[in-house]
Amino acid sequence: MPKTIKLMQGNEACTAGALAAGLRFYAGYPITPSTEIAELCSEELPKIGGKFVQMEDEIGSIAAIIGASLAGKKSMTATSGPGFSLMQECLGYASLCEVPIVIVNVQRMGPSTGMPTSPAQGEVMQSRWGTHGDHPVIVLAPGNVRECFDLTLRAFDLSEKYRVPAIVLTDEVIGHMREKVELPDPADVKPLRRAAPAGRTGYKPYAADPNGGVPLMASFGEGYRYHVTGLFHDETGAPSSKTEVADRLVRRLQAKVDLHADEICDYASESLEDCEVAVISFGSSAMSSLSAVRRARKEGVKAGMLRLKTIWPFPEKAVRELAGHAKTILVPEMNLGQLALEVERVVAGRARVVRIGKVNGELFRPEEIHSAVMGAK
Amino acid sequence: MSEMLSYFRQERLPHIWCPGCGHGTITGALVRAIERLGLDKNKVCVVSGIGCSSRAVGYLDFDTLHTAHGRALAFATGIKLARPDLKVIVMTGDGDCTAIGGNHFIHAARRNIGITTIVMNNEIYGMTSGQYSPMTPKGFIGTTAPYGNLEPHFDLCELAKASGASYVARATSFHVPLLIDLIEKALQNDGFSVVEAIAQCPTYLGRRNKLGSAVDMLNWIKDQTINAKAAAALPPEKREGKLLIGELHNAPAPEYTASYGELVTKVQRSFENVKGGLWECAPNSD
Repeated sequence: MPKTIKLMQGNEACTAGALAAGLRFYAGYPITPSTEIAELCSEELPKIGGKFVQMEDEIGSIAAIIGASLAGKKSMTATSGPGFSLMQECLGYASLCEVPIVIVNVQRMGPSTGMPTSPAQGEVMQSRWGTHGDHPVIVLAPGNVRECFDLTLRAFDLSEKYRVPAIVLTDEVIGHMREKVELPDPADVKPLRRAAPAGRTGYKPYAADPNGGVPLMASFGEGYRYHVTGLFHDETGAPSSKTEVADRLVRRLQAKVDLHADEICDYASESLEDCEVAVISFGSSAMSSLSAVRRARKEGVKAGMLRLKTIWPFPEKAVRELAGHAKTILVPEMNLGQLALEVERVVAGRARVVRIGKVNGELFRPEEIHSAVMGAK
Repeated sequence: MSEMLSYFRQERLPHIWCPGCGHGTITGALVRAIERLGLDKNKVCVVSGIGCSSRAVGYLDFDTLHTAHGRALAFATGIKLARPDLKVIVMTGDGDCTAIGGNHFIHAARRNIGITTIVMNNEIYGMTSGQYSPMTPKGFIGTTAPYGNLEPHFDLCELAKASGASYVARATSFHVPLLIDLIEKALQNDGFSVVEAIAQCPTYLGRRNKLGSAVDMLNWIKDQTINAKAAAALPPEKREGKLLIGELHNAPAPEYTASYGELVTKVQRSFENVKGGLWECAPNSD
């Protein structure tokens, strides 16, 4: 089949990417600016024998997709700030119980109801630490419409492979912007699926190498008759309050992401080799940043850019490397400095880190970042 | 008895419940109803929330899911939609179902999704040691109602019926044969079924409210109830203040996942040869 060229918006591309990954179950609750994803899923899923349900709230939505995933279906929900806040409870459940799910969070201005139709990037930290307790999570950030397709597909693959919930962190601009997109040939898309046990005898649902191993996942209804609980549990799935069981479990869960950070971390770079002023950005802020960096280059400034496609785990290696030669690192983001905290931690004083926060509900204009780059040289 | 034990994960026993607790009786009634119906153990999935009641599922030899507080029905909704062929059962408590999970409860009922919900109602939050719940009788003492509970309680069965459940019944840990019969019928209903099973909590409801031993509490429960069939023939003054037990509502209605299946068939017929508009997918595959 030839490649398809389409005019698509980001939310549409997220839905297409999910379908390409094998999405068969969607549960959600209407919320601006993510609603198109629910609408498209309600239209597309019945055509292929999948299921869509509009739940009573976002808590129910994430709970339903966890249930469907345990029953063997690739499952997703989409939301924005207020709904994402409600989902935190069961995000922790999916993380602890190692149930693959994908959440698309189309960020809008917060806190609270905020400005529902304005873009923001205020959930960098919430997506990592929003639910209680230490827990693993994977967060990807598309920077254009085509990447909404690619990274939603990748979010499913990573979630299935590591049995960690994966969040696609977009924003109102990425979600609603329309671009010409060339989608891959379906024959070239080979989505991953969770590794299943070979047989029922001796199946231990949570047995895995303590060094970040991923347990084999059986689906409900296939005769394994196993127990899943949000209490800490041993390898058999039985609740346990033994200190050594708790310690091993929390460390193994986190190691699933930490030990595979190199594989999970993805980014794009522009003129980084000789750069003296670097911009680190993601999502729609990165679109404005790229334009500013290119203009500064033309004007003779050794400017470069690192665009993060993976936010969590934080791409430490790439940032550390950059801090080795860039004198100044600018971090423009539509919040008051959340990603910058991580950049500062990793840079550890070896370069000057400048926070450029924007919280008025407007996208960065390239001139704003350009003048910051020119001022930093 | 040995047949009964085969439905339990015996290595997980003994259970955590207090001496005299009614939850074991209700769990036993569920297992007996499942056995009577000869359900395939591999096709039964039991889901629970949080609280004393919700620990039941860990002892049962099915696919079992112990979820977050109040959310059992929402998780179960995902399972039932993903696998309509499974018999999905929810075991929940009065706090889990009617307080934190109240919204999920009325919406699951409204959809008439094929889930059998057993509400193990001991009229108190037991796991956290005795706070009043939306099912605690007015005037009763709880650790958060030291001067007596001011709040009226729900009539859970009326709530279920009004919300759209197609089968609603009530029994107690005293009326065990009736409870087994009602759960059996609830499991056979193709739609959302609710069985309210009232249970004694001698530790946290009984002790503070001076209701005596577990046996005294069972008698206390018995004395509050009146069979729904018998009640119909009684004058209103004899029914005053009594809880009806038995089958309270049985009105078969289209089951949600079956309706969704019909919708899929219809959509696929009208979009013949279309395997999805946004992305081509093999129909009816995983």
